[in-house]
Formats: sequence, structure tokens, C-alpha cells
Amino acid sequence: MNKATERLYNGLLKENPTFVLMLGMCPTLAVTTSAMNGLGMGLTTAVVLALSNLIISLLRNVIPNRVRIPAFIVIIASFVTAVELLLEAYIPALNTALGMYIPLIVVNCIILGRAESYAYSNPPIPSLFDGIGMGLGFTFALTCIGAFRELLGAGKLFDYQIMPDSFTPIGIFVLAPGAFFVLAMLTAFQNYMKITRARVGKETAKIQSGCSEDCMNCSDSGCARRFYDNTKTVAEGEESEIVDLEKEDK
Amino acid sequence: MSELFKVSSNPHVRSKVTTGGIMMAVIVALLPATGFGIYNFGPRALAVILVTIAATVLTEFLFGLYKKKMTITDLSAVVTGLLLALNLPVGIPLWMAFLGGVFAILVVKMLFGGLGQNFMNPALAARCFLLISFPLQMTDFGCDAYSGATPLALLKAGESVNTMDMIIGRTAGTIGETSMLAILLGACLLIMMGIIDLRIPGSYIVSFVLFVGIFGGHGFDPAYLSAQLAGGGLMLGAFFMATDYVTRPITVKGQYVFGIFLGLMTGVFRIFGPGAEGVSYAIILGNLLVPLIEKVTKPRAFGMGGRKA
Repeated sequence: MNKATERLYNGLLKENPTFVLMLGMCPTLAVTTSAMNGLGMGLTTAVVLALSNLIISLLRNVIPNRVRIPAFIVIIASFVTAVELLLEAYIPALNTALGMYIPLIVVNCIILGRAESYAYSNPPIPSLFDGIGMGLGFTFALTCIGAFRELLGAGKLFDYQIMPDSFTPIGIFVLAPGAFFVLAMLTAFQNYMKITRARVGKETAKIQSGCSEDCMNCSDSGCARRFYDNTKTVAEGEESEIVDLEKEDK
Repeated sequence: MSELFKVSSNPHVRSKVTTGGIMMAVIVALLPATGFGIYNFGPRALAVILVTIAATVLTEFLFGLYKKKMTITDLSAVVTGLLLALNLPVGIPLWMAFLGGVFAILVVKMLFGGLGQNFMNPALAARCFLLISFPLQMTDFGCDAYSGATPLALLKAGESVNTMDMIIGRTAGTIGETSMLAILLGACLLIMMGIIDLRIPGSYIVSFVLFVGIFGGHGFDPAYLSAQLAGGGLMLGAFFMATDYVTRPITVKGQYVFGIFLGLMTGVFRIFGPGAEGVSYAIILGNLLVPLIEKVTKPRAFGMGGRKA
């Protein structure tokens, strides 16, 4: 896998900004009342993210380390202003629907986070694809959340009536609490898929005695998931070592 | 060696009080209110109650199958279902009642770790979920026996109500909240059995009366105050919901703080809020504050530290 596709995969699935990194929660929860709003917000953010990543990466040797955050903000804000004016001119309906959240893209922590953690220390082309991948991951997540909320809360999908007339919309899903429900359920679902996929076909990693597999509530913080980490494949040499350890125990 | 020894730290106190026993007592104590609800609103009330209990028990059963840890015998799902049904209007579509039951057990209780881990009262959370989702159906109290608004709504609109009817329960409202007498009968039973005490209900009701007396606009007029007390879900909430073991503070001081907070919030919702009723929102807010209340009111351990001079 070359660098560009690796970055796209990383942003879309492996480190999805919404479901895995849990970044950018404010627009995720606020504007996803419908699938269309989620898609619009996601794509707008993706454009800004890709372009700002590219520019920041190009300027990374020019920007002094001490003032890098203000410099990032200036670059991002320029792109947001441009995108906002474009939206106002060509898609006014979306602009009204998203309202305040378009200017707020400036302080979206996904964009700042990618600038700081990737674009500032990597060459332009991978940075551009990192921005596109992350942006598409964000778009995908927001559209999913928006689709579920619209379907359950209004019986529609992309403004088309899906549910039969006898369906009474569950109003809570287009209100704020519904956003939390849907986000939590989708995150739980993708965690479940990941864990299942990690278990199937791979060596179930070393589980030592006393490990309850419940790292969230474990007091042994020094373990750092060494005892129970089934997200990584166990290397072949390592496996024999575990067998030896078990023999010593007995 | 197939059998494992169960190792636990002391003290190894044994008690005959079981969760199932307490839940059974609560169910029995709720029977007068349930019975009166069915008598008052007709067989449809029984259908709502049965559907809600079926939903909660079925959800608990299926989740128990999935987690391979069956907790259905502690009867807590039945109590949740019954309490939820008593908080629903009689005309609610049955699938909504079912959805509420599933929500109460699955989202509020089981996803947070089951009985003892739920951060707010499942029945009330489900009621609020339904109230926000289906405001029309949840506030439509019209049925064969009664039409129109609840006594509290009439009271808020400045009309006169018959307090005697409200105490007996011959008014519109949710299935189990109308009869103050029936609820108090069950509450007396629970208090006599030592399952609940008067700390939370007492401080709740007293602070509510004081608040309504001061801010209600009618002064301490006995007729108005008794109508406020007998109307809505105050009695059901104070004796059966606020005293829920899981979601109340465990410290004695904290229980008084909790009760007073509930009284004030209920007063605020009823008098200044847009709706006529606010008991369920007040109790849920109180539930959320419980960890904080417990932290502040934690008693000093004997011999540990002195009083700050």
C-alpha cells in the first residue's frame, strides 16, 4: 500500500476522526439533524482540512516553532472564509442550515489536530491525502449519524419520505439527546466490529493470569495492554516466548 | 479441581434481606395505586401495564442471555416496568409503552452495568424519553372516564379544582399518580417494613410546600397547597421514585439535601416552567447530582482528622 492510499484508509476507517479519535464533537452533535446537513458539514470541513494540511505542510520549514499555532489558525481561517463566501454564493440553503457552524470550522479540533500532528512534520503530498482521508472519514461519520437521526426522528432520508405514514417519528432523535444516542451506538457498533475482526484469524494475544480483559477498569496501569492486546498480531518469535513463560509458571 | 472457592474480604455478614425480597415488597406496595388506576381508567390501563412490564422483563431476559448472566430473578425489571406504566397516560399507543420499557432497561440500566450501576431512575428516564419523543401522545390525558386537562394544568390556568376528588384520585392523569390515598397506603407499608424511611419524602414534601407557599402566588392557602400536593406525580415520585436505593445518596445528610433539592426543583418547574408538572425532571436532575452530594456530605471517619477551628 503506498503512502497516499494508506493515509486515506487511515482517515476513513482506522483512525476515523469521529468514531475513533473522538474529535470535532461540537459539529458532530449539533448539525447532524439530517443526512444532508451532515454531508454538507462533512464536505465543507474536508475541503478546508485538505487545503490547510497542504499549505501547512508546504510552509512547515518556514513557520517558526513558537508561533506555529497562530500561523495554523491564520491559514485555516483564510480557507474557512473563502469556503463560507462560496457557500453563501452557490449553495445558500446549506449555508442557512449550517449557520454559525461554518465559521466555527476555524476552531474545529480535527483540522488543528491534523495540522499539529501530521502536516507540520510530513511532506505535502501525504499531508494532502491525510487531509482528504480524515475529511472523508468525518463526512462519512456525520452522514451516518445524520441519516439515522433523520430516519428515526423524521421518517425521511435525504428529505425523501422512507417510512410509511403509520410510522410516528421518535422526536427525540432530531433533538440534542438523540445525537448522543446515535453517536454512542455507532461507536459501539464499530468497536464491536473491530474487536471481532481482530480476534478472528489472528492469534489471540497473551492473556496472563489475573487479567480480566477489562482494561478500562484495570488498576494495573503499568501493563499498558501488554497482557491483553488483541489489536496487534503476535509476531512468530514472540509466541514461543509466551509458551515458555507459561511453562515456568507451572 | 473443577469447583472454585469463593474468596472475599471480611466482614462476612449474612442478611436475610435480598434484592428480590425488597423488590417484591415494592411491587406489593404499588398494588393499591395500580389497582386504583385500573379501576379508574378501565381495562386499557391493565393492557398498558402488562405491555410495559413485558417489555422490561423481556429486555432484561434477552440481555441476560447475551451476557450469560441472568439477573431476571431479582424482580427489579418488573418494578421498573410497573413504575413506568404508572407514569404513562392511559391512552398511549401500546408500542410506545413497549419502546419505553425497552429503553428503560437497555439504555439506562443494562448498558451502564445493570442494577446498582444505573445513574438515574430507569422508569423516569424512560418517561422523559417518551415525553420528549412523543409530546402529543404523552400529554393527552383524555379517556372514556375523563376528558381534558389534569387538575394541575387547571390549577396552573387559574381554575378551581376539587381537592377531595384529587385525594381520592377521581381525576385525569397518568395511570398511577391520581390517587394520593392509594399511594400513601403503599408508602405506609414500605415505611412499616423499614424499606424506605421518611428522610427523602419528608424533606422533599416540606421544602416543596415552603417553596410553593412563598412563590406560588397564593400564599399559604391550605386549599391551594393541598391541591398542589395531591396533584400530579408528587406523591408517587416522593415515595417510590426518589427513594430508589440505587439513585439516592447513601449518606444521611445527603438524603436531606437530595430531598430539599427535589422539592425546590419541582416547585420551580411547576410554578415558573412552561408545563404544569415537573416531578420527573426534578428527580432525574437530582439523580445526576447524587455523586456530588455524596462527596460533599461524606461523614468524617472516627478518629480521622479534627474539626477545623
